[in-house]
Order: sequence, then structure tokens, then C-alpha cells
Amino acid sequence: MNPLLLKSFTATSCIGAGNAQTRESLQRGRSGLAPCGFETVRLDTYVGEVAGVDAQSLPPALQTYDCRNNRLAELALRQDRFLEEVAAAAHRWGRGRIGVFIGTSTSGILQTELAYRERAPDSGELPRDFHYGATHNSFSIADYVRRRCELSGPAAAVSCACASSAKVFASAQRMIEAGLIDAAVVGGVDSLCLTTLYGFHSLQLTSHSPCRPFDRSRDGISIGEAAAFALLERVPDAPADDAVLLLGVGESSDAHHISSPHPEGLGARLAMQAALTSAALAPEAIDYINLHGTATPSNDRSESQAVSGVFGPNLVCSSTKGATGHTLGAAGALEAVICAISLQAELLPGGTGTRDVDPQLTARYLTENRRFPARRVLSNSFGFGGANCSLIFGLPG
Amino acid sequence: MSAFAYVDGIGVLGPGFGGWPDAAAVLNGENAYAPTATILPTPQLLPPAERRRTGRVVKLALAVALETVARADLNPAGTASVFSSSGGDGHNCHEICAALAEPSREISPTRFSNSVHNAAAGYWSIATGAMAPSNVLCAFDASFAAGLLEALAQVSADGRSVLMIAYDTEYPAPLHDKRPIPDAFAIGLLLSPARSRASLGSIAATLTDAVAETLSEPALESLRMAIPAARGLPLLRRFALREGGATVLDYLEDTRVHVQIESWR
Repeated sequence: MNPLLLKSFTATSCIGAGNAQTRESLQRGRSGLAPCGFETVRLDTYVGEVAGVDAQSLPPALQTYDCRNNRLAELALRQDRFLEEVAAAAHRWGRGRIGVFIGTSTSGILQTELAYRERAPDSGELPRDFHYGATHNSFSIADYVRRRCELSGPAAAVSCACASSAKVFASAQRMIEAGLIDAAVVGGVDSLCLTTLYGFHSLQLTSHSPCRPFDRSRDGISIGEAAAFALLERVPDAPADDAVLLLGVGESSDAHHISSPHPEGLGARLAMQAALTSAALAPEAIDYINLHGTATPSNDRSESQAVSGVFGPNLVCSSTKGATGHTLGAAGALEAVICAISLQAELLPGGTGTRDVDPQLTARYLTENRRFPARRVLSNSFGFGGANCSLIFGLPG
Repeated sequence: MSAFAYVDGIGVLGPGFGGWPDAAAVLNGENAYAPTATILPTPQLLPPAERRRTGRVVKLALAVALETVARADLNPAGTASVFSSSGGDGHNCHEICAALAEPSREISPTRFSNSVHNAAAGYWSIATGAMAPSNVLCAFDASFAAGLLEALAQVSADGRSVLMIAYDTEYPAPLHDKRPIPDAFAIGLLLSPARSRASLGSIAATLTDAVAETLSEPALESLRMAIPAARGLPLLRRFALREGGATVLDYLEDTRVHVQIESWR
């Protein structure tokens, strides 16, 4: 593929609002996971809740979009001058030449969960002020971002479970390549809700402790929430030395099971190989992998086999979900921004929370931060339904 | 710049439409439109355990996907896919939200696994063994055109055939009051970068601010407006009439999709 420039990017998760706080947390190995006190949820688990979401207001003209997911998006869009950068891009390319592709798994479903508690006792009707399309519907988040950025190009929500916001980079890349647009706002936004907290609990996939990816004693995920965005454009003739580029995208389907990964990570291998092919790079060119690394016993085992199979046993890798939690449909975009920060800060983040790396996992897992001027890194995102996506980011040259 | 593809297969399932031949005979004026409730076949392609777990939305998407690849005479295992739905499985969503409103908050693990918007794509890949990329979109009322643009961009940028399925099912009460989709409807298109013996014609899409084409038959027009996937009917009408020309498909509030069509059989 023709590389694309991440003209601007920003991430907000439980380890910080914006890139500076996120970088500092990564440098200190700080986790944002805490015992779950979300809403009325009573589950013995840890979550990565973003501070200040409830207090965030939306612009008056967009009040019908008011829900936790769009508030989290608003909070994130206000960091790192992202809205200003998009406005400048709209001036450069025209509002109709910029696409909006946002990944989410649950969008504003919390609004419907709350509305169901308020159903009329006699008729069962939902409250009059409940707006399905502007809050619960998956497209709500893409629609909100598009209106907030005052853009009028193509738009869609991508909803492939936990691979959603990695796949938005692929959608944007193809649409730019096809000439339908000149730039794209991509991102991922997922916020805490009862469906995912009680749903993963019902599958016995949540840990009672902060999650420990690749640890011998790992026993499940910690659910987090996040919003992360990037503005993608074609690479200029002379990009800055520290410009972060999208170099490759690779996707595949497991064709195996709706909620368990292929045991040998076959789909994951195909996605990583496709990303290398798309970037025209050999496996040796990759310096680090930001793993999907959810900390369930089977996910990590399957991913480790896939990574060793493609890259051999020596490539260093880690999961940042011990710090941020598993932010589900936002994970791809959040970890893309973490990769961009890692490249610019010359920092390979050690996996927070992991103490005793499982000797049965052959991938070379980093538990401590390492200072290293990586040139090219790969990020994995895999989801229910067997959706897999790998992205390669790098510096110019 | 326009995004171009050959159309190698069409599938349709919806009220009064048991497949593409039924729909074509209505769209070209041969038969009057007689809407009856959509009949969804059991997905025989899935292993029995999976078959029992699937809801209406999966049955709908799989049936149309199967018809589309069969008409294109294509093995789906190696074909990329784009699934676009305006809302996913409303019945499953209702059951989960109702359970979460009870004090016990116990939800079924199977319901939760099936609640992902990409459930139909996942079951399609399990049923056919397709390990090719699959993308799953939602764009509310704009979902047909969003899926079409994504599929055309894949054909054009990646030079590969793409199966595009736009599909919607009804929401039960009380969500139905807020999202009054009346029944299940889906359209499938098999889009290819190169002309083959299966090719029925070609399409080239650009963005426009022109208004969307409507259908003159009132019952068909109300179907087009009631179910987002049916926003693709004006495109199918051209293929039913075997005539070229242009149509404008509904998309977003401020943007529509202009499609130039060649239809030769």
C-alpha cells in the first residue's frame, strides 16, 4: 500500500487524557485499573474507567447525542489540538473530501440499558426523551464525530467487536487509495456499559484482579474504556523525521468460532503476514509488537503461537492492556496511538501488571520498559466473530 | 474520481421477495408487488450447534450471501466480504437489556457472544471456511450506501472480488417504537475488478449532493423508505430492467451516491 501520514493523533483512556499524560503513564509503567465502581454494577472485577466523562458536556447543537460514549469522544477530541488539526485539514481538502470511520462495539448502548429500567409499568414503553439513533445505534459515534468536526464526506461505524478500530485504518486507506477522499478521521470509542461488564462475566472471561497479559497466572480481562483518533493523509514529499506513518494493514477471518480464537492462531498469522505484505516488509524489519494480549488463557496462547510462527522467538512484544484494560472496540485505535507515542518517544512499553511470564508462551514478552529507537512496530487487534487486523506503523525512511 | 466494479451476482430476500428472480420480476414491472412477511430459511450450512444459536439477523444475512455467491458461481471461501446493517440483532438486544433491568442481571453467555454487530460475518466465515478479510459496518439509515462504498473501495484499491451484504431485521417492542423497521430485508452484491462470464454489468460510484431516486410504485417506495437495506432498490431496478443509466442512492443527510450503471443481460 501507499503509506499514509498520521497528521495528528490523540488518545484518552484510564491512563490519561491526551498524549502527554498517556506517554507519562507509559514511561512510569502506571496502570489505570481500579476496582469496579461503575454505575450500579456490583461485580468483583477491575475496570479502566476514564475520569471526568460524566462531567463532560456536548455542544448545545448536539444535545440529542448525549450519552456516555459521545461524552468520552468529546473529551478525547478536545485533547492535543485534534479538532483544530481537523479544521485545518477541512480547509486544505474540503469538508466533503474527508471521511470519518470510527470503530465501536457497544456505542451508546448504556442509554438503552438505563431506558429499560424506566419502561412504563403499564405499556412497557421507553421514556420519551430516549433517542435510539443518536445514542445507542453503532453509527451514533461516527455521526457525532462527523458533525462535531463539521465534515461532509463518507462516514461509517466499523463494528467488528474488538478489532473494530484497527479496521478503520484499513477502510480509510482503501477509500483514499480509491480516490473517493483525500483524508480521513479514524478512531475508536467504547465506554463502560452493563452489557459488556455482565456479558464477559457470564462467559467467565473477566479477572478478579487487574489483568496480567502473558502471565503464568493470567485469568481474564479487565474491561476499560477509551477514545482515540488519528487524522490520516497522504505522505508529503518531505515528512518530518518523527512523523508517524501507517505502512501496512492486514486483515483475516478465523472461520473457527464466534467467541474463541483459533487454537493455533491461524487467523492471527494470516493478518500479520498480510500486514507485512501490504507494507512490503520482511518480518525482520519489525522492532516491536503491541499485542492484542487480553490476558485470557486461550487468547494469549493463540496469539503467542501466531507471533512466534511469523516472527520467530526473538522479537520483543508486550500488551498495554495491563495499564489501560481491554478497551474493546476502541483498543485498535488506542494501541495505534500508543505505537505512535512509542516510536516518537523511543520507548518500548513493558507490559504493566505481568510479573511471571508464562514459560509456555514462546513470544519474547517485555515486562519492563526498554529505551529503543524502533523504526517499525506492529499492532494486533482480534475480536469475537474471528475478526483479525494487524497494522504496521513506522518513522520515515 | 469514481469507484468501479463489475456486478457478478445479486441476491435479495424480503417481504414478498424470495430471491433475486422474484424481486427482478417486480422491479421490471412484470409482476405486481405483493408484500408478504419475509420467510427466513434455516442456515443448513452451519453446524447444528451453531444453527440453533443464530437469530433472524444471521439467517437473513447468510441466506442472501448464499444466493449471491451461487448466482455468481463463486466459491466463497476465498472471497472478502463487507456486511452492513443499520442495527444488528434487535431481538437479542432486547433480551439482554431486559435481563440487565432485572435485579439479578444474569445474561446468557450465548446471547452476549451473538450480540456483536459482526455476528453474521462471523457465522458466514465459519459456515463457508472463508478466512479472507471481512468488514462490518453500521451507518444507521445510510448503511446500504456505506456498505457499497466500502466494497467498491476494496475492489478498486485491493483488486479483489468482494461480497457485499446489506441487511436489516425488525426490532421488537418497546424498541420498535423508537426504530420502526417492519420486517427483514437484505440485498447482496458480488463485486469484481475484472469482467467474467458471470458479470451482469458494471457500476461506478461517486459522491453527489443530488437527491436520491425514488420508486414510482407506492408499495415499493414505502419499502425503500422503511428498511435501510432497501435503499439499494433503485440500483437493482436498473439490473432488473437490463438497462444502463444512472441512479442516485440515499446516503447521509448532506451526501448521496451517484451510480452509473451498465447492464447487459
